[in-house]
Amino acid sequence: MKLDDDLRRRLETKKILLMTHLVLGYPSFDTNREVIRQMAANGVDCIELQIPFSEPMADGPVIVKANQDSLARGTRVEDCFAFAARMVTEFPQVNFLFMTYYNIVFRYGETGFLERAAEIGLQGTILPDLPPEEGETYFGASKDLGLAPITFFTPTSTDERMQEVAGRGAGFVYVVARRGVTGAHTEMDAGLTGYLDRCRAATELPLAVGFGIASRDDVAMLEGRADMAVIGTATIRLIDEKGAAAVGGFIAGLLQKG
Amino acid sequence: MKKGYFGQWGGAFIPEVLHATFVQLNDEYKKLRQDPAFWQEYIDLMGNYSCRPTPLTFAENLSDYLGGARIYIKREDLNHTGAHKANNVMGQGLLVRRMGKKRVIAETGAGQHGVATATMAARFGFDCTIYMGEEDVARQRPNVFWMEKLGATVVPVTNGSRTLKDAINEAFRDWVTTMDETHYVFGTACGPHPFPEMVAWFQSIIGLEARKQIIAQHGRMPARVYACVGGGSNAMGIFQGFLDEDVELIGVEAGGKGLDTDQHASRMVGDRAAPGVAQGYKTMFLQDDDGQMRSTHSIAAGLDYVGISPILSDLGEQGRVRFEAATDTEVLEALTMSMEKEGIIPALESSHAFVQAIKEAPKMDRDEAIIINMSGRGDKDIFTIAHAFDDPSWKQFIIDRADSYRR
Repeated sequence: MKLDDDLRRRLETKKILLMTHLVLGYPSFDTNREVIRQMAANGVDCIELQIPFSEPMADGPVIVKANQDSLARGTRVEDCFAFAARMVTEFPQVNFLFMTYYNIVFRYGETGFLERAAEIGLQGTILPDLPPEEGETYFGASKDLGLAPITFFTPTSTDERMQEVAGRGAGFVYVVARRGVTGAHTEMDAGLTGYLDRCRAATELPLAVGFGIASRDDVAMLEGRADMAVIGTATIRLIDEKGAAAVGGFIAGLLQKG
Repeated sequence: MKKGYFGQWGGAFIPEVLHATFVQLNDEYKKLRQDPAFWQEYIDLMGNYSCRPTPLTFAENLSDYLGGARIYIKREDLNHTGAHKANNVMGQGLLVRRMGKKRVIAETGAGQHGVATATMAARFGFDCTIYMGEEDVARQRPNVFWMEKLGATVVPVTNGSRTLKDAINEAFRDWVTTMDETHYVFGTACGPHPFPEMVAWFQSIIGLEARKQIIAQHGRMPARVYACVGGGSNAMGIFQGFLDEDVELIGVEAGGKGLDTDQHASRMVGDRAAPGVAQGYKTMFLQDDDGQMRSTHSIAAGLDYVGISPILSDLGEQGRVRFEAATDTEVLEALTMSMEKEGIIPALESSHAFVQAIKEAPKMDRDEAIIINMSGRGDKDIFTIAHAFDDPSWKQFIIDRADSYRR
């Protein structure tokens, strides 16, 4: 089933979906697996598997450090493919996407990378440094393979730009909640709701809202306004502080009626 | 060809949040290119504030000593702040003023671009933040001192290899948050479009001057022009004066401890670089098979960078520019020769260009001329150069001075 259809089907029984994120090989692939197990058991709908890159330009300090540490431990792109293949088989109820920077894809070979991602059962890819203007072959090849090339809306996007961008993508649109990099807090205010209304008007695709979403209150605020909440840095911080065992309770808490 | 591409190189690989910022930047840049009054405003500013045109010095002693081609030196060391960097920075300063922004940010490696940007910000009345790798902050303390005295905030970057590429990443992280009020003054002819083209345009002032000067002094075109290549802005600057002439253009990269080691920063020679996309543009990057950037080394901090101007990647691929590499050891020898024969102290970066010129000049005819682009002065980097020469009396001076501060 296409990713956007799957997300719409899930929305028939849920108020809001959850997408979580982790950096592959950080702190280790074993921990990654345990974290994914807990995420899956607590109803996470999508997981971004970030292939570490030496120059993570769009990420904030927590994820930058995770990228660096993973690479320092010797994580290779090949390890990431092998691990992702295992996770897709082990947790079929979750949609897995690769998140990384374009050089990782480019160096591997765009077609080869996408073919392999499709073959192991990933649903799509998220590349924050590949705008549609530069990604014509990538967007085309992804769609041919049934992969969703995720596009972005940002607070600086005009209505016209949103329509243009959404038209190139598939699966869902990643709505960047505010300016800046990953990790800092986002205020849930009138400015944000107005912005989400503009996003909604620009596309039929589900809206996944990320950057600074960290608590039940943040998620509750998005219910009815967005289709999926994206939790990134918050889980990495949690694992750094309390270990992988804390993830299940945290995820369950995000969806609990307050 | 797609906008912002030079052959297969260049482009604008930017996060979506910067899309609107780049639309504005491209519009404003296009307006500048179409406004002849702007270029005159720029020339006037550089003449009045920055000692332009810089001289083209005939190096008679060095020419006679080597016994071949007549050697001319383009003196960017005499540009304000001691290097070609000011050309780009003052041009972008005028652009920022037109855009109505009030704050500038920049990355710096050795600190030359940081000092130039802080100088420009002081002159134009902008707030200024400079990102600099923690390792470079430690290596280049005098430049940090000047940036701070000029009113800039210097932020040490502790990510990655804590050098130039990491400072660029951090400057982008600032920019994606503050773009409404802030312009990122990119320091070299790299990064996303329009930066390579725009920086090369401001630096073309070097080549335009040198072209007139060599004709006035030598009567015709030089046979060859040499420039060191880090990001490539000084090379692009001088090469643009000679691109459409029958003049051989030679770019000299950092050979570090040798191309057969992993301690160099040569993208166009050697076998450690491959096509890639990072820091907003596509070029030859020093990277591994997975696409992770490699660590680099050069005696000259300004050449110690993983990428190269996409314009130079293209000119290299076309065979229009020949690339060579100079090792750290050769650089110190060339620097010594320049000081002893001409009383001229090139920066360690610029000394790379001297190395290749000194190798080739003796094999050329005496009626041929060559130009070396001396991109910056070395005396300002006395701590680095004295350290590179391992000078005993300098070390004793530092020890004594440190002792006097301790008392």
